Amino acid sequence: MADDRQDHPIIAQIPHLRRYARALLGDAVLAEDLVQDCLERAWSRFHLWREGSNLRTWLFTIMHNLHANAARNAARRPQTVSIDAYGLSAPTRAAQEDGLTLASIDAALAALPEEQRQVVLLIGLEEMSYRDAASVLGVPVGTVMSRLHRGRERLRHALAGGATLRRVK
Amino acid sequence: MTPRPVDDADLHAYVDGQLDPARRAAVEKWLAESPEAASHTAFYARLNETLHRRFDPILDDPIPPTMIRPRRRRLLPWSDSMIVAASFLAAGLVGGWFARGALVAPAVVERVVAIAPPLEMQAATAHAVYAAEVRHPVEVGADEEAHLVRWLSNRLGHTVKAPRLETLGYRLMGGRLLPAASGGVAAQFMYEDTRGVRITLFLRNNDSDQDETAFRFAVEENGVNVFYWIDRSFGCALSATLPREELLMVAREVYEQISD
Repeated sequence: MADDRQDHPIIAQIPHLRRYARALLGDAVLAEDLVQDCLERAWSRFHLWREGSNLRTWLFTIMHNLHANAARNAARRPQTVSIDAYGLSAPTRAAQEDGLTLASIDAALAALPEEQRQVVLLIGLEEMSYRDAASVLGVPVGTVMSRLHRGRERLRHALAGGATLRRVK
Repeated sequence: MTPRPVDDADLHAYVDGQLDPARRAAVEKWLAESPEAASHTAFYARLNETLHRRFDPILDDPIPPTMIRPRRRRLLPWSDSMIVAASFLAAGLVGGWFARGALVAPAVVERVVAIAPPLEMQAATAHAVYAAEVRHPVEVGADEEAHLVRWLSNRLGHTVKAPRLETLGYRLMGGRLLPAASGGVAAQFMYEDTRGVRITLFLRNNDSDQDETAFRFAVEENGVNVFYWIDRSFGCALSATLPREELLMVAREVYEQISD
């Protein structure tokens, strides 16, 4: 009973859920809470997952919906702490020569509207197909594409502002 | 025939490796001709790389056991003695909530009340009494749900609603009005699944100084398990003789619907 889950396909997806949640929320504690809630739901509803369908998309969809609900409730109830409150502690590591650095990426991401940040991360970090990202977010592929473009352009402008952008050969 | 001009979507798909091969040549030709497009595309690619360098280390974090075998982190730990004390009090409650002082030794009441608010005990008692009813489990049936909800809302002074639990296999049977502590009233909704398992949701006005609490769990008299919490206007308690995990699933659904 104790170890029957160790080889479960959900396990392999947990690191991805954590990476995405951390990048999306910008706060380790909030991210771990979101992933924990997502997994509680996923384990208890695994019987609802259709064998053969994309498990990763299913899990990310659960997490997206939980986060969207939490954000809605937070917006309706100003006395609770918003899940979008960011801890903006950037790590101090060696910087690249352009505006895109490990130190600047956190703040730049946090400044993005969330719907753009979601798409930039699902595609750029989690390497989801545009179609899967659309399914996770419950929007058409065209919307994913336009959010992706706006998000990346916004980051390009934000990051180029503070540093000289290296010219491409 | 001139091919469709390269657009932004092509540039992103190129960077993300999601461009179909036929289109790839056209994009590469365009990148060679347009320094601006090339510069933007290069930024998008470096952005992806930077995201990986920044967040990939998280992939190696050891997975906490709670993510593999979830436990509600915020549950009240119930020691055996507390369960015994609570059951003892609940046994008294079956005989009559308002007579509790007479039925239970004051020392026990003091000890229990200090730690656990009586919400879950009231709920469990009401569950034990009415869920066992064959002929009159509810006062107003689900066929008159609009009336039931309006009536209970009027009596409680706050809008109540009966959560929909069909997705979890439970159908609303109906509900009733009940006395609550200190002269107030409470509402009870009853649900049943196809096996005949009954769940009751007990709602009473929140007279505590807390606005919200986490889920708490209690094992009550006769094996009645209760998840209870406070959500603004109401103290809520969900009771059933179901295993804790199963009841928790329903409780989370109820919580979400009530707090919406």
